[in-house]
Amino acid sequence: MLSRTAANLFWMTRFLERSETTARLLDMGFRNALLPNTGGGYRNEWGAILQSKGVLQPFTDKYGEIVQRNVESFLFFDMENPSSVASCIRSARENARIVRTALTSQVWDAINASYQELMAMQRLERSKLSTPDLTDWTIRTSSLIRGAIESTQLRIDGYSFMNLGYAVERADNTARLLDVKYYVLLPSVAYVGSGLDNYQWTTLLRALSAHRAYNWAYGGELSSVQIAHFLLLNPKFPRSLLSCYAEANEHLDQLARIYGRSTPAQESARALLGELAEARIDDVFDEGLHEFLTRMINENGGLAQSIHDQYLTGEAR
Amino acid sequence: MVTSFFNEMYASDGLRAPYQMLEGWYQNMPAEFRALKQAEAEDLFRRYGITFAVYGEGGDPDRLIPFDMFPRVFTAHEWRRLERGIKQRARALNAFLSDVYDRGEIIRAGLIPADLVYRNDAYEIAVAGFRPPLGVFSHIVGIDLVRTGAEQFYVLEDNCRTPSGVSYMLENREVMMRMFPHLFQENRVAPVDGYARLLKRTLASVAPAKCDRDPCVVLLTPGHFNSAYYEHSFLADLMGIELVEGQDLFVEGDFCWMRTTEGPRKVDVIYRRIDDAFLDPLCFRPDSALGVPGLMNVYRSGGVTICSAPGAGVADDKAIYTYVPEMVRFYLGETPILDNVPTWQCAKSDDLKYVLENIGELVVKEVHGSGGYGMLVGPASDRATIDTFAAKVAANPSNYIAQPTLALSTCPTFVEEGIAPRHVDLRPYCLVGRDVELVPGALTRVALTDGSLVVNSSQGGGVKDTWVIAEE
Repeated sequence: MLSRTAANLFWMTRFLERSETTARLLDMGFRNALLPNTGGGYRNEWGAILQSKGVLQPFTDKYGEIVQRNVESFLFFDMENPSSVASCIRSARENARIVRTALTSQVWDAINASYQELMAMQRLERSKLSTPDLTDWTIRTSSLIRGAIESTQLRIDGYSFMNLGYAVERADNTARLLDVKYYVLLPSVAYVGSGLDNYQWTTLLRALSAHRAYNWAYGGELSSVQIAHFLLLNPKFPRSLLSCYAEANEHLDQLARIYGRSTPAQESARALLGELAEARIDDVFDEGLHEFLTRMINENGGLAQSIHDQYLTGEAR
Repeated sequence: MVTSFFNEMYASDGLRAPYQMLEGWYQNMPAEFRALKQAEAEDLFRRYGITFAVYGEGGDPDRLIPFDMFPRVFTAHEWRRLERGIKQRARALNAFLSDVYDRGEIIRAGLIPADLVYRNDAYEIAVAGFRPPLGVFSHIVGIDLVRTGAEQFYVLEDNCRTPSGVSYMLENREVMMRMFPHLFQENRVAPVDGYARLLKRTLASVAPAKCDRDPCVVLLTPGHFNSAYYEHSFLADLMGIELVEGQDLFVEGDFCWMRTTEGPRKVDVIYRRIDDAFLDPLCFRPDSALGVPGLMNVYRSGGVTICSAPGAGVADDKAIYTYVPEMVRFYLGETPILDNVPTWQCAKSDDLKYVLENIGELVVKEVHGSGGYGMLVGPASDRATIDTFAAKVAANPSNYIAQPTLALSTCPTFVEEGIAPRHVDLRPYCLVGRDVELVPGALTRVALTDGSLVVNSSQGGGVKDTWVIAEE
């Protein structure tokens, strides 16, 4: 397979996963904004949300003051914001268009239709679209596309590159979402265990569609340690870091089998998986959750880089 | 002035044979059903992603070419003659190319002025003295034809570089078969879907002598921003070959390689859909990011075949066009089957005088123009436009040729009120490799505006499915 084709498939799914994460963050911000503030009015954590996406500066440059409505438009519709839902879906469609022939018509239909729907929504009056509708639409669209990939794509190298894109992006996003909650949102350590703290955790779980799953797995009591365990080390939760690396490993192994050679990318994924499979949650907190997440985000970037060097440049021999 | 046009369905002596079965079909079609089918066709085209961006227009990059459901029909008898004429012309053009990049016999014989060839912008000095595999320079020859009577066809121009539009020929048929299957059950419409297989076979047949295995053929596209990108990916897919961009290829040693997930893979034949100037920044335009540095060296040393060969454009130049019948006689020793449109070369002073005196009745074109841009249709233009254009011609005569306004044939076409005659042309795609091949079909372009003679898609033209009725 052409390296550029592989790169487009890899980035197509990364963008799709990223659009979903932006929608989930939007949902998290929307729910947080319904929580009364101790000092009167409602809480405003939109700054933190924007910060976690690395788009606080571009936002304030464009809109000035942080107003919920503007943030929503910025995160969903704004094509100038590269991580907005609309931008991500457009990029994913562009990637898909370039490699049309590597996709089944069902997958192309699902991606293309979502883009056309998005364009139709953009023409509607903004007041006719509620934020939950927008986030629900994104998550539904995302599932539809992933479902089409799962049920129709041939299990060849292209399929593995798509799944690698999902796994790498999802690991990055889970780590970032957790980091936002733990490091950015909470005003000070004194709030740990407070009602606000609990509310934020619930919101985070909801945003990850993991609220009920968590209750099933851990018996309903909220604790930061358990939630961190759930999101990082629980092999049953499909968005946990451990699950993401299990997935990345599986597909790198698959590629190694198809191409008949093992690669440095495989080694770095195996090392990450090994570490997470062995780790206990206490180790994570001993290292410091924020420090641990920062390291994970960097190592994840390293994994993406080694996938790139091995497969996406066509120069590895 | 042109007053009457040959109607391919209703000629002066009544309903013509190839269209007999279509009369009942459209007459019995209720208006609502027609609207429904038209919407269905558009939906199918959009779903397949068959879109066409127009250069310099901005606007919707996903624009559809208007599709007219009324097919254009040829009998087997009509087609046989066309086929012989098209193949003959394709062979002559290739003979001309291998001659002018070799000894230039036709010039020595005094049949074509040397300046017209060697000082032509499209003449590529980089391939002079080089003989590509099998001596073929132009592997896909598009020949634009118009019809003016039951037996009379004229060649409007030749396309020896990278003629586009063949995907419409294939998809128009696909859509028609899906929408009106009974028409195909009742009529013996010759299939065109063998085109991709023939194209692949043609390309593989010109692999370099150095290639000692099943040749690796790729299609080189300028990228997904190109207006014809859909066609590129469509053809690559049908042929089962990789669709590459310049960045996917590199030169090392005596060969050209593509970057794959398994490392470099050798490429033997490149079906390129980018212009000569962009092929190799080391040889042509240094600012081109679309091409492959060093490609021309590999090409000239026989490491890879480029289809069509760089420099093939010198044969389809509008100034060279006049001499094609001469080529048929000179190289093949045959009588040309297809006629040229009488053409005045404005570079010649007598011709220029005639053109300027009669410009209101002529079609005047730029020698290097394409796509219906930079041309004047005298009878359809107002005085001011004509005067402005005449001034341009007088200022730079050698840049223009002129032809009489042809009475282009018409074909019934669906319009708001029912059906109406609209002018059409015809572009068949002839393949030249080890064999010369032509599928029984072509692209018919139709000028959708009443009275218009310009069929180019960039100027509001549409397309039709083109049938050749197979013999019993």
